[in-house]
Amino acid sequence: MSYFIDRRANAKHKSAVNRQRFLDRYRTHIKRSVEEAVNRRSITDMERGEKVSIPARDISEPVFQHGSGGRRRIIAPGNKEFVEGDRLRRPGGGSGGNGAGEGGASNQGEGVDEFAFTLSREEFLDFVFDGLELPHLERKALVDLDEVRPVRAGVSKEGVPARINIVRSMREAHARRIAMRAPIRRALREAREALEAEERKDPVLRNPARINELRAEVERLEKRLEAVPFIDTYDLRYNHLVNQPQPSSKAVMFCVMDVSGSMTQAHKDIAKRFFLLLYLFLERNYEKVELVFVRHHTAAREVDEEEFFYSRETGGTIVSSALSLVDEIIAERYPPGQWNLYVAQASDGDNWDDDSVACRDLLIKRLMPRLQYFTYVEITPHAHQALWEEYESVAAEFPARFAMRQIVEAGDIYPVFRELFKRRVVGG
Amino acid sequence: MTRRKPIATGSDWNFEILTEFEREIARLADEYRLDTYPNQIELITSEQMMDAYASVGMPVGYHHWSFGKQFLAVEQAYRRGQMGLAYELVINSDPCIAYLMEENTLMMQVLVMAHACYGHNSFFKGNYLFRTWTDAGSIIDYLVFARKYIAECEERHGVAAVEQLLDACHALQNYGVDRYKRPSPISAEEEVRRQKEREELLQAQVNTLWRTIPGRPSAEALGAEQDTEDPLGLHAGGRYPSEPQENLLYFIEKNAPLLAPWQREVVRIVRKLAQYFYPQRQTQVMNEGWATFWHYTLMNRLYEEGAVDEGLMLEFLQSHTAVVQQPAFDSPYFSGINPYALGFAIFSDLRRLCEAPTEEDRRWFPDTAGSDWRETLEFAMKNFKDESFIQQFLSPRVIRDLKLFMVVDDDQEEMLEVTAIHDERGYRRIREALAAHYALSVREPNIQVYSADIRGDRSLTLRHVQDERRPLARSVYPVIRHLHQLWGFPVRLESVQEEHVVRRYQWPLPDEEEAERA
Repeated sequence: MSYFIDRRANAKHKSAVNRQRFLDRYRTHIKRSVEEAVNRRSITDMERGEKVSIPARDISEPVFQHGSGGRRRIIAPGNKEFVEGDRLRRPGGGSGGNGAGEGGASNQGEGVDEFAFTLSREEFLDFVFDGLELPHLERKALVDLDEVRPVRAGVSKEGVPARINIVRSMREAHARRIAMRAPIRRALREAREALEAEERKDPVLRNPARINELRAEVERLEKRLEAVPFIDTYDLRYNHLVNQPQPSSKAVMFCVMDVSGSMTQAHKDIAKRFFLLLYLFLERNYEKVELVFVRHHTAAREVDEEEFFYSRETGGTIVSSALSLVDEIIAERYPPGQWNLYVAQASDGDNWDDDSVACRDLLIKRLMPRLQYFTYVEITPHAHQALWEEYESVAAEFPARFAMRQIVEAGDIYPVFRELFKRRVVGG
Repeated sequence: MTRRKPIATGSDWNFEILTEFEREIARLADEYRLDTYPNQIELITSEQMMDAYASVGMPVGYHHWSFGKQFLAVEQAYRRGQMGLAYELVINSDPCIAYLMEENTLMMQVLVMAHACYGHNSFFKGNYLFRTWTDAGSIIDYLVFARKYIAECEERHGVAAVEQLLDACHALQNYGVDRYKRPSPISAEEEVRRQKEREELLQAQVNTLWRTIPGRPSAEALGAEQDTEDPLGLHAGGRYPSEPQENLLYFIEKNAPLLAPWQREVVRIVRKLAQYFYPQRQTQVMNEGWATFWHYTLMNRLYEEGAVDEGLMLEFLQSHTAVVQQPAFDSPYFSGINPYALGFAIFSDLRRLCEAPTEEDRRWFPDTAGSDWRETLEFAMKNFKDESFIQQFLSPRVIRDLKLFMVVDDDQEEMLEVTAIHDERGYRRIREALAAHYALSVREPNIQVYSADIRGDRSLTLRHVQDERRPLARSVYPVIRHLHQLWGFPVRLESVQEEHVVRRYQWPLPDEEEAERA
């Protein structure tokens, strides 16, 4: 006797828990691989999984085994020229014999075997952003509530037919029917009993008028009982929706970069990676993320991504031009009530001396009050200049929303990024 | 015989076709008197197959990272195309569950049905090891119980604690089987019912064992008085246990001083499952050989009757040949003896020497040669395990066909020596050595509980009896570390060669032990 069962529609991720257990157990190993990958990867392909290798001995499950040595008898197939009594040299290095006999042939630490597997994109990004959080998501949620979303809020007696709650309506109807029928049923029962009592009497003693009266009464009550409606308009219940203010799920990220002569392609690549990390990170937290690229030397311009990263310009540097352009764009297209605003700026620290003060004022007075977060990375191995100093005073004023770090080489990007967004203990 | 119209052609299949093929195979199997459990054939996707693979084929398993590791390894190999997925996966249960993968061609589905649903299935039902050691009717129930119990433990004691415990148990699970007495059948209901009771009883026993404060000097002087305190005579002197114990996990479960009741139960679960898989570890060659023999026989019958066409048959032969291929020792594809090839060769040869015995066969197998092949095969399948099966039925013909030879690798000799080849002088020796190779006692180091120092420092001593002077691999340290974790007190392991201890291991390492005491 046999039967077939089609299980193809069943859940397929039966091993998901075990897989996650494994990833958790080797968290430190995997994290190391992920960090290396982030530093090594080209900028455009963060969006895929990653192959991770762990030394096999770190994850082996030990059991008692025979080691090499002693006397072993090996049976092997495919004899060609051997005859009994032949003596052979040991095959170099290996674990003796021809590797026959699975039992003893397991590797014992000679050469580190790697256990390799692939993280999915989600898992990879989870590890990349593990322990990071976006500053001030919650603040935004409380302050600017321009967006609303309908939420279920119980049931009500009024509403449109599309939102009818059938179960509740039927329950109401059922209750009403019970309540309305009960007195009728009682009267009916009494009438029937009286009728029966009357009919049971000796024919001589019967009162035909009374019987007719009772029959009519029974009939009338039966009709009334039937007339109780199965469902009535006041049984109807509707799902009630209220509009609840919703934290904005949209974010815009301004990438601001200095493209003056002093910024080399290497600088730009570093900046690009930083922007990219930030973008991926925002994307995980908001439903929609828009990018605005602003480049500047002495004058600022909004450009597309290609131009932003790859076209070269020369000349001096006036940072405030870019900041005021950002300010304009915000005013024009991204009302702070609807958008979460993030600015990431990268530069090598050069600026016209006089301009740095202007930058500070612009930030403190115009930009910072409206931004979620401002990050500034300075890509330079040299000493800081005026811009850094001025920014430090901005940071002092907005310690929770303004962050600045120095990056010397590509390897610093990820650590700096983590440093900027690491989960902080909530205070106040 | 008039050839009929093939049931289906091409490589596509649907449930009607499969059902019809299944019916045909069942009819033929019945003709050959194959006795099977009912079949439950499940169609699954390749991802589900990977899941099934990762949990060693158990349809329900408890959660553990090692299964996740297994899954990742399988997935990686499959994605890279290094490995075709499970040819077949079949579970020793009643009804017998077999998986068919959606991606398989029609030929594959038919082949897997013949191989798994009638080959393996009849083996599970007939072979004495499976009959003795496993209870096909209740295994699924027990797995469900185990999964629930371990999930509960995780909730109550934390995932990390349970995981550590399972790690330790897994390291010892090959030493968690009884070899000589039949365990009572395991079933979920019974387990749940008895588990509470057992917890209390077990703890009470352990308490009795460990109740005397170790090293009390006057213990012996108390004499008769002591007997009422210690009715089992556990403290009356002599070694404990009085006989060496081969089932380490059982010993731990019953005797480890510090384990909590739930931990003992987890040890028991791992032990029970190891016991369930124990017959499979000992019948690999036979089991695969038997299933391969039958898929080959049944497929040929289907072809003879015309139920399958030439195209399907050619595809089958190609696949079958790949399965029973045995690369030579010097081939780059060589990775030990292929159990499918060896098993198939022996069973096929057994049939041959029943049907057309040669003079040599009559000399080697006086009772078997020329007998009814079907009965002989049935007898061979039912009453042997790999070791005895090879010892009994490996014929000179098969040794010649596979060109088997024996090499002795002795670390005291400078060179390897070929001590036997496929000739008249070598047959017996090769047969004996190959049989020994499949004996679990030779494959796995022989390690037993030797003594538990219940009156002294509570240390546990194991003894490894060396086989042909073969030492233990380095994995011994992590394993005894796990054992130490279960036992709770120092663990020692002595390697014995001809009654002399040649090597000692212990955990914690001597200096750490000192440090611990300080």
